[in-house]
Amino acid sequence: MADFQRTMPDAHPHLARRRGFWSYTRLDGILLLLILILCGYGLLVLYSASGGDMDYVIRQAIRMGAGLFIMTVFAQMRPQLFARWAPAMYVVSLGLLLAVLLVGVGAKGAQRWIALPGFRFQPAEVVKLVLPLMVACYLANRPLPPSFRHIVISLILIFLPVVLIMKQPDLGTSLLIAASGIFVLLLSGIYWRYIFGALMVAAAGLPGLWMVMKDYQKQRVLTFLDPESDPLGAGWNIIQSKAAIGSGGIEGKGWMLGTQSQLDFLPESHTDFIIAVLGEELGMIGILVLLLIYLLIISRGLVIAVKAQDSFGRLVAGSVTLTFFVYVFVNIGMVTGILPVVGVPLPLVSYGGTSIVTLMAGFGLLMSVQAHRQMITH
Amino acid sequence: MSAFDSLKDHTKEGRVFLARSVIAFMVVLLLLGVLIGRLYFLQVVQHDQLAAVSDDNRIQLQPVAPTRGLIYDRNGTLLADNRPSYSVTLLKEKMGDLEATLTELQRLIPITERELKSFRKRLKQRRRPYETVPLRFRLTDDEIARIAVNYQRLPGVQVEADLIRYYPFGASLVHALGYVGRINEKELQRVDAKNYSGTHYIGKLGIERFYEPLLHGQVGYHKVETNARGRVMRVLEQTDPVPGKDIVLHLDIRLQQAAEKLVEGRRASIVAIDPKTGGILALVSNPGYDPNLFVTGISTKAYKALRESPDLPLFNRALRGQYPPGSTIKPMVALGVIDSGAVSPSHTVYDPGFYTLTHGGRRYRDWKRGGHGTVGLDMAIYQSCDVWFYDVANRTGVDIISDYLGRFGFGQVTSLDLPEALPGILPSKAWKRSTGRGSWFSGDTLNLSIGQGWMLTTPLQLATAAAVMANRGVWKQPRMLKGVMTHNQKRDPKVIDGSVVEISGLEGTSAVLPNIELKNEQYWQRIIDAMVAVVHGPRGTARKVGHGLDFQIAGKTGTAQVVGIKQDAVYDAESLAERHRDHALFLAFAPADQPEIAVSVIVENGGGGSSTAAPLAREVINAFMALKKQDAGETEMTGVATDG
Repeated sequence: MADFQRTMPDAHPHLARRRGFWSYTRLDGILLLLILILCGYGLLVLYSASGGDMDYVIRQAIRMGAGLFIMTVFAQMRPQLFARWAPAMYVVSLGLLLAVLLVGVGAKGAQRWIALPGFRFQPAEVVKLVLPLMVACYLANRPLPPSFRHIVISLILIFLPVVLIMKQPDLGTSLLIAASGIFVLLLSGIYWRYIFGALMVAAAGLPGLWMVMKDYQKQRVLTFLDPESDPLGAGWNIIQSKAAIGSGGIEGKGWMLGTQSQLDFLPESHTDFIIAVLGEELGMIGILVLLLIYLLIISRGLVIAVKAQDSFGRLVAGSVTLTFFVYVFVNIGMVTGILPVVGVPLPLVSYGGTSIVTLMAGFGLLMSVQAHRQMITH
Repeated sequence: MSAFDSLKDHTKEGRVFLARSVIAFMVVLLLLGVLIGRLYFLQVVQHDQLAAVSDDNRIQLQPVAPTRGLIYDRNGTLLADNRPSYSVTLLKEKMGDLEATLTELQRLIPITERELKSFRKRLKQRRRPYETVPLRFRLTDDEIARIAVNYQRLPGVQVEADLIRYYPFGASLVHALGYVGRINEKELQRVDAKNYSGTHYIGKLGIERFYEPLLHGQVGYHKVETNARGRVMRVLEQTDPVPGKDIVLHLDIRLQQAAEKLVEGRRASIVAIDPKTGGILALVSNPGYDPNLFVTGISTKAYKALRESPDLPLFNRALRGQYPPGSTIKPMVALGVIDSGAVSPSHTVYDPGFYTLTHGGRRYRDWKRGGHGTVGLDMAIYQSCDVWFYDVANRTGVDIISDYLGRFGFGQVTSLDLPEALPGILPSKAWKRSTGRGSWFSGDTLNLSIGQGWMLTTPLQLATAAAVMANRGVWKQPRMLKGVMTHNQKRDPKVIDGSVVEISGLEGTSAVLPNIELKNEQYWQRIIDAMVAVVHGPRGTARKVGHGLDFQIAGKTGTAQVVGIKQDAVYDAESLAERHRDHALFLAFAPADQPEIAVSVIVENGGGGSSTAAPLAREVINAFMALKKQDAGETEMTGVATDG
């Protein structure tokens, strides 16, 4: 097998060059291309959503560049390296989350940031990657499907950071992080009876969740259930985003010509609600194009996961890919009014620094798994 | 490799993962389907509704106030104009700190406490969103410049140009025209809110109020696109407002001013009517006040001064001054008693200087001590003999007298377009009973016959009665409005459409009386001749004014004992004495054979009707005739010029 692989490229020199190039950079060409298309499309929408402000576009592009750099760096590292460091990073992350609650700085009534001299960052973003790595690392070393005991331990691993982030409070991020951990569990092949059991327990636990939610979170859920109850307050966003998307129709009002977004009726139009700008200006066609790009990225991610040659790689790649989809679904779901408003950005389209870098780093993990496939067999 | 590796089945794990991935991918596709379904629902199914929501957001209708119609006199002289005025306004929605802005503005331009107070009041009132609230009106150029320079530091502050009413003749016409003022909440509820959505001023009084529907016009709209903060981005469509109609009055400003000059310094009223049309040629109530003060809001101090002035300048004597008519109604009473047949036209009475109902009873005095001797109808009028009237009134009874007086318009409002006019009082048995004054006595009839006692009339009513007399019973409803001006291309103000304008809602606001049909039409001439004798007869009470005229005046003097009008204030002794004097009245029309003008004059505490009021009436009539001659000359000259 190894010999065959080593001889094959020589038989086809042009192929060897191509493979050689991508092997050399250790980037996945298909995924990179899709990401670049998505970034370009995202910048196009952002330009309009910011009211034609080039500053926003440049700042976003710089972040994308930084993200691509981190992605490239991550792609160079062997998955085993991540696995080895996962427990340590997990412990450090938990420490940082605790630190946020104690000494963090906040905005809009939530404490999410740690201020270091020169810059500040959100530990929760780091956890988005560390948690799936940790759970995957834990499970990959155990026989799969995992036993009940291992599942419980995995759940505890998930539970700790999620609770800390909910305390900040940051419902959207804690949801994404919980999802990233649970995806590892689901993909690891746990028995269906556990899955259904957990679903039933979750359903029974919903009222409990309501009890621990903060007032503004409850308000969001209530507003989601009936936006018209508070048309000028919390419901305003949803009413306006639905009006924007709906009025766009199939073909849209034209790029830069959306009245809802250009005349400032749409709040958060360049961040969490940016899909409404796309829907208004480029219509259903514009959104379908975006969804197609997302679907292709997800497909490629799952292909990488399936092709990975060890459980750790598979679980990490699968979790990162599916978490990416959760971003897409929750964001579009909330803007179109089928999910409550939680602060989840539209990946690589919404304006905002940390999520872009985290997402790109996630793609770096995928590429690392893809690039270092052969090496496992040594 | 870890110790667990031996327990792991790599192939099986790979297979399980593949299965789970496939399921996951299916779930992804399913959820994407849900999103697409939702998008289909919003963008296709609900598209029309949501597009409407989106349009409602951005498209606003901004009202554009119509320009108020102008008011001209019969010769095209402008009586009420619109002039641009600049005011500083504040927009609450755009303002940061209100108090800081106000302090800053006060540093730049003078703002009185009162202006601040009314500004705060206006600010609290219900407004349309993004409607500015005025703070100070009538800015000078200097003040505008000072605000403009500091615009940046004053968010939400604007200098707005507005057309406001200006009355070039000021106090001369206030009682004839009324005035406009800033519309208040009560008035907003009364008018069509839509049509007034851009309007800040409304007719408060007089002609301005009565012809408000005509003068106001129709609101226009700008369909504008605004952003979420209400700023107008562009105008999408516009419907121009329809300006109010320019109206023309029967009034002749030259006659008005001449009449006003005659009563300068007196508390008096003069009303002149064209008997052929009922058009009011002059309507003077002196003193007046400057209506321009009221347009943007008068200061409390100035208003207090007006209200507390002993001369009552705010009081419209011509329409609301209710005076005992005195002897001025004697011609109408005489007409009644002879036409009803109760008394023969040749009836004579011996006047010893008093009259008694029963032998040795109360003496009803004649104004002339010693009496007039034997008196017939004509002499009773031109000598204003009270005893003849006592006698015939007692023979005729109150019912007939009251009925005939009523036919001349006493006791009711008969004018078309003077909404403030009062009806006065026309006493009758029914009136006395219903007002709780008990039953009617014969003495009341005697008092009524000489215009004393219960009876009260306004100067407008007296002039109206004179006009009806001049017309020999033909009623022309007294009115201010001559017509609506239709402009030709040159906007020549002399082009006047004389057709009567129909305005809904006017019917029934005042009585339209039928023409007076006498049983014997010759009695008109009989009475009029007697009235001519008042002025031109050798023994007429107003014979002093009859000289040097190339036409004849028919008139009647009157002297009314003071009852006093709204004099609740305390005056010093000197003024008290002055105010105890009789009111002087005169009622006239001329020329007697072809009447063109009917006049009533009342001078409060003026003394005798013949000495004070009659000369004024003569001057008014003279001025009118002179103007007529002058106008005719001009027309002739114009005609010559055109021919040449």
